[in-house]
Amino acid sequence: MKKNKTAAKKFSTTEAKFYLKLYRQILFLRRFEERVHIAYTQGKFSGFCHLHIGQEAVCAGVQAALRDSDYVISAYRSHTQAVVKGIPALAVMAEMFGKATGCCRGKGGSMHMFSAERRFFGGHGIVGGQVPLAVGMAFKINYRQEQDVVVCYLGDAAINQGQVLESLNMAAIWNLPVLFIIENNRYGMGTDIKRTTAIADLYERANGFGVAGGKMDGMDVRAVFQQTDAIVKQMREDKKPYLLEALTYRYRGHSVSDPATYRPDGELQEYQDLDPLLQLRRDLLAVDGISAEQLQEHVDAVKQELRAIEQQADQAELLPTAAIYEDILVDSERVQ
Amino acid sequence: MQISIREALRQAMCEEMRRDADIFLLGEEVAEYDGAYKVSKGMLQEFGAQRVVDAPISEAGFAGLGIGAAMAGLRPIIEMMTWNFGIQAFDQIINHAAKVRYMSGGQFKVPLVLRGPNGVAHMLGATHSQYIEPFLTHVPGLIVVAVSTPYDAKGLLKAAIRDDNPVIFLESEFMYGDTGEVPDEDAGEHVLPLGKGMVMQEGTDITVVAWGKMLKLVQKAAEVLGSEVSLEIINPMTLQPLDIQLLVDSVNKTHRLLVVEEAPAFAAVGAEIAAQIQDRCFDELDAPVARVSGEHVPVPYADHLEKAALPSVDKVVRAVRQLLYTDADA
Repeated sequence: MKKNKTAAKKFSTTEAKFYLKLYRQILFLRRFEERVHIAYTQGKFSGFCHLHIGQEAVCAGVQAALRDSDYVISAYRSHTQAVVKGIPALAVMAEMFGKATGCCRGKGGSMHMFSAERRFFGGHGIVGGQVPLAVGMAFKINYRQEQDVVVCYLGDAAINQGQVLESLNMAAIWNLPVLFIIENNRYGMGTDIKRTTAIADLYERANGFGVAGGKMDGMDVRAVFQQTDAIVKQMREDKKPYLLEALTYRYRGHSVSDPATYRPDGELQEYQDLDPLLQLRRDLLAVDGISAEQLQEHVDAVKQELRAIEQQADQAELLPTAAIYEDILVDSERVQ
Repeated sequence: MQISIREALRQAMCEEMRRDADIFLLGEEVAEYDGAYKVSKGMLQEFGAQRVVDAPISEAGFAGLGIGAAMAGLRPIIEMMTWNFGIQAFDQIINHAAKVRYMSGGQFKVPLVLRGPNGVAHMLGATHSQYIEPFLTHVPGLIVVAVSTPYDAKGLLKAAIRDDNPVIFLESEFMYGDTGEVPDEDAGEHVLPLGKGMVMQEGTDITVVAWGKMLKLVQKAAEVLGSEVSLEIINPMTLQPLDIQLLVDSVNKTHRLLVVEEAPAFAAVGAEIAAQIQDRCFDELDAPVARVSGEHVPVPYADHLEKAALPSVDKVVRAVRQLLYTDADA
């Protein structure tokens, strides 16, 4: 995505309030992931850790267009998506640290965040594997004649998994309300998506399945919110799936162990110039009554909040080892 | 009443679907075609297209649909036309159905039945002649049930549908027409417990355990052997979790065990049974645990080759005699 910095847009007072909230949220997500990175390098946890830094505007803008009762499911780069869906950041961080107070009791980890209560259906580690589940969740919505929608995030490289294509087809033939969102950060692990996929616009895959599709600027939270909002409103009416490609960028490597040396010089800077926080900051400062000092207060507050969260996650209890035998099967009454 | 396994399965699904509106059946050819093996005959007419759903040929996709729908609160029955095709869905079954409860710290349940024919039919070639129980009993988080008679087909399928866990339900193309006694509906609901086996025939000399078509094979072998030996024949019904205590009690009485299974022996269910029995009954055993299994080959096509690759009545008879040290060649 080559583009110039978007021009400043004048927010109305209502918009300013709304986007100030999103600014605070994206700021929180950015600092959260930075802290996670530091914690990882300090050895507070291990395993795979995929950071969302640079891509935060996508989940923040999408979530702003959803209702609480809507479902979200995602892949393994999903700390931030879990937080914006309403899982407490402490429970997400404690999960990474493998603690009993983690949102999955320390049994899921960085790649597998879940909350039944918040309708965040994971956090899935197999590329594309979550996508058929999203179709099933939407099947339930229609079966019970409910009004919710399912947002299913997938990475750009997942678009080449057979299960994803099977899912697009099923969602189309049964008119299932799934908003498939490709977070196109241009790399499947370290491989440029152009080297593995013959079409340039990934959303065009939708055409082959009779599904509507489109793309959006994933660095601009306003574009993300407005486009998602329109699609979701339509979806609640017509129950038809949509394949939405968010053009975004991963500032860090695939996981924290990846220095991302395969990227051409200047590419990162090109996207950092479009950083969602920069864009929002510029536009918010153009609003009468919003000052740099006020924005700085948010920066300081987020810092304090995260310091406390990390401390609590650090000090949280571990599950007793006997818990390895728990949560495997439901001890259901087998014969009623 | 005397009914076929096909009818027993159909009755189980229909009775449960009448009881609970959250249950639906989805799979290839299940609706308008009445099921590839006619198990779902008439169900579209009774329950409508919303609850009896023809799926595209996308086993991984619709298995995953079942998992997502179950996580969200429905109780899907997903039919695999055969489990050979179900292998396409192993990612969904192993990585999702079996794992989401654990990885979510117990927040989600997956009340899902994945059912269809398993094992060798006849002259279909290697890709259509597979047994999946060795693979899927290995995976924590799954229940694996194997059907052998109309009685257990109906009672176990009703139990599987009511269970809140993912259940892999194994049938056989070759057994859908088998008939047997099943309790009448007015005699009360026929629901069998998962995780419990059944003694099909009491005996004193050798315990023989087998499921599916192999149980029939063992029963035929018992007829051939007649009064020569007293076999205690056990139908485990659920392979995961296995009712090992039933086997232990029986072996403590007979002091000999023969496992008959269609799959190759290496790392199959019989290997696990042998290991557990030798662990728990070492002092009681009068002979090493014996196994009659399929050969370690892809199941061949030609009739005579296929027969050579699989357990037979003769092989079972011979194994029984070897266990009793009465076989001249033993």
